[in-house]
Amino acid sequence: MPFFEVQEISISFGGLKALVSVSFEIKRGEVFSIIGPNGAGKTTVLNCINRYYDVDEGSLFFKDKNITRIRPHVVAELGIARTFQNIELFKNMTVIDNLLLGMHCHRKSNLFTECIFTNSVRKQEIKSRNRAEGIIDFLDLQAFRDQLVGSLPYGVQKTVELGRALALEPELLLLDEPASGRNMEEKEDLIFWITDIKEELGITIIIVEHDMRLVKEISDRVLALNYGVPITQGTPQMVLEHPEVIKAYLGEGNGFIKSK
Amino acid sequence: MRFLMKRNYYEDIKLFKYRSTFLWYIALIIGSFLLPLVSGNYFISQLTFICLYSIAAIGLMLLTGYTGQISLGHAAFLAIGAYTSAILTVRGIPFILALPAAGILAAGVGILIGLPALRLSGLYLAIATMAFAIIVEEILLRWVTLTRGSLGMVVNPPSIGPWSFSTEKSYYYLVLILLILGVLAAKNILRSPTGRAIIAIRDSEVAAQAIGISLPKYKTLSFSVSAFYTGIAGSLYAHKLTFINPESFTLGVSIELMAIIIIGGLGSLHGAIYGAIFVIFLPQLLILMKDYIPQLFSGQTGLNAALYGLMIIIFIIFEPTGIYGRWLKIKFNFEMFPLYRRGTFRREKKYFKVERK
Repeated sequence: MPFFEVQEISISFGGLKALVSVSFEIKRGEVFSIIGPNGAGKTTVLNCINRYYDVDEGSLFFKDKNITRIRPHVVAELGIARTFQNIELFKNMTVIDNLLLGMHCHRKSNLFTECIFTNSVRKQEIKSRNRAEGIIDFLDLQAFRDQLVGSLPYGVQKTVELGRALALEPELLLLDEPASGRNMEEKEDLIFWITDIKEELGITIIIVEHDMRLVKEISDRVLALNYGVPITQGTPQMVLEHPEVIKAYLGEGNGFIKSK
Repeated sequence: MRFLMKRNYYEDIKLFKYRSTFLWYIALIIGSFLLPLVSGNYFISQLTFICLYSIAAIGLMLLTGYTGQISLGHAAFLAIGAYTSAILTVRGIPFILALPAAGILAAGVGILIGLPALRLSGLYLAIATMAFAIIVEEILLRWVTLTRGSLGMVVNPPSIGPWSFSTEKSYYYLVLILLILGVLAAKNILRSPTGRAIIAIRDSEVAAQAIGISLPKYKTLSFSVSAFYTGIAGSLYAHKLTFINPESFTLGVSIELMAIIIIGGLGSLHGAIYGAIFVIFLPQLLILMKDYIPQLFSGQTGLNAALYGLMIIIFIIFEPTGIYGRWLKIKFNFEMFPLYRRGTFRREKKYFKVERK
């Protein structure tokens, strides 16, 4: 069995078929990209994996476990973390609190021990902070540690979100357009981090991205979608040069762009 | 401005950031304990009301200010706590057992009320909880064999073992100690994973789920903890008034509690207490001013309720962060004296968040 597997999933919203029997398999330690024009259903795939949407048909398997019908928070407990396209941070909290929240699944305390703040809760809190500090170091967030997330620049917020996902210590990381809204330098950092996450932390990554340079550079395999229908999948080189993919992105007979 | 050098992680989570804060709180507690020695019974009685309203307000603050779930039904939890305690003590069960029983029963009902909250939000949740409060009031009126209906119940002053709390002073100490314990427990919850989880639900439910926070679990948890606090306050309220009837727990009480947390400042435990002080002293202030304002106003019935309403509106428009927020700004102004700018506290408006429902 593969590490993660999507089998023929379909979903429609009213009359709109958002995904039409999409299937793919991911090996452990891979970076898998999903590309496609706007509205192709890329984020829908992630939302299905995350269980925000119920798939109409098909099933999802994570480490041989069927996750097609589990509750959304259980997905995180199994070790699947994600970031969002339109940042979903806890805006009225500080960066460090956001990171600590990422470790929610690893808590061992309950309401009663927390009420009296027993020694074990204190130790757990100190340990969590120690780990959060590791993530702050990894993502260079030192300067923003105690700042409210809502007041930070867009790029930094995206990084905090990545940090929060890493705090979960996931085995599978879903990144929804991590590069959007970042400048060139921040994109370079991102490539660096993703490579590190893959190689040093051994986390498998599914990434939805529009920046083809970034996709080419980091992914092991790519899936192209158009109107919810998978066009092709394979190595980045192969997919990006696929005539259907070019057609989906640029449209047909667009002489102006072709001549360039 | 003070800068803190942190040397270990515990300094990040300890209750008092600065030594001076700790000393001020100690001074405050000693002050509250000494106050009855120099003031009359009426004033102590008002202080007792402030303390027990604060306990209820902390409950509502945890639910509305931190979890973001609005409730206009907290009078019902107050009533459940009051009646549980009254019924149990009348039947000879000691107060030391009746008090936690009041809290636990209210918490149990809180879980039941938390369930519809999983599907409702905002205005709809407010209406649902309000309906719940009306139902409870009606049950208390109709279940004559248990509650004596509109005749009301006489509640005896409590005693724990050899100590009797029949005097104003002794009862004040009892309520004050419970308030301090309540604040400490709430503070502890808020600095540990559960507290962060409920705040996370307030800020973004989608993201909360993505990091493994179970919405059903934490919403009902928040409702039950909130109801527990309010139930305890209800029990103390009953023993303070020594007479309760269903009319003590009308919608007006729920709105009073809501006024407390909005005026005090949503999302801060300080706010619950500041708000309680404000709401308890406002009628007193009105009585004092009665001779100085025109008869046309002072003679009107429902002046209090109108004023609460006016205050809520004024605070929401001009100071949404409440008294506590204003206090922070004043403090910050002094700390940063020549450098303070009006915009320092202005929250930037961001438009990139997508509203989806």
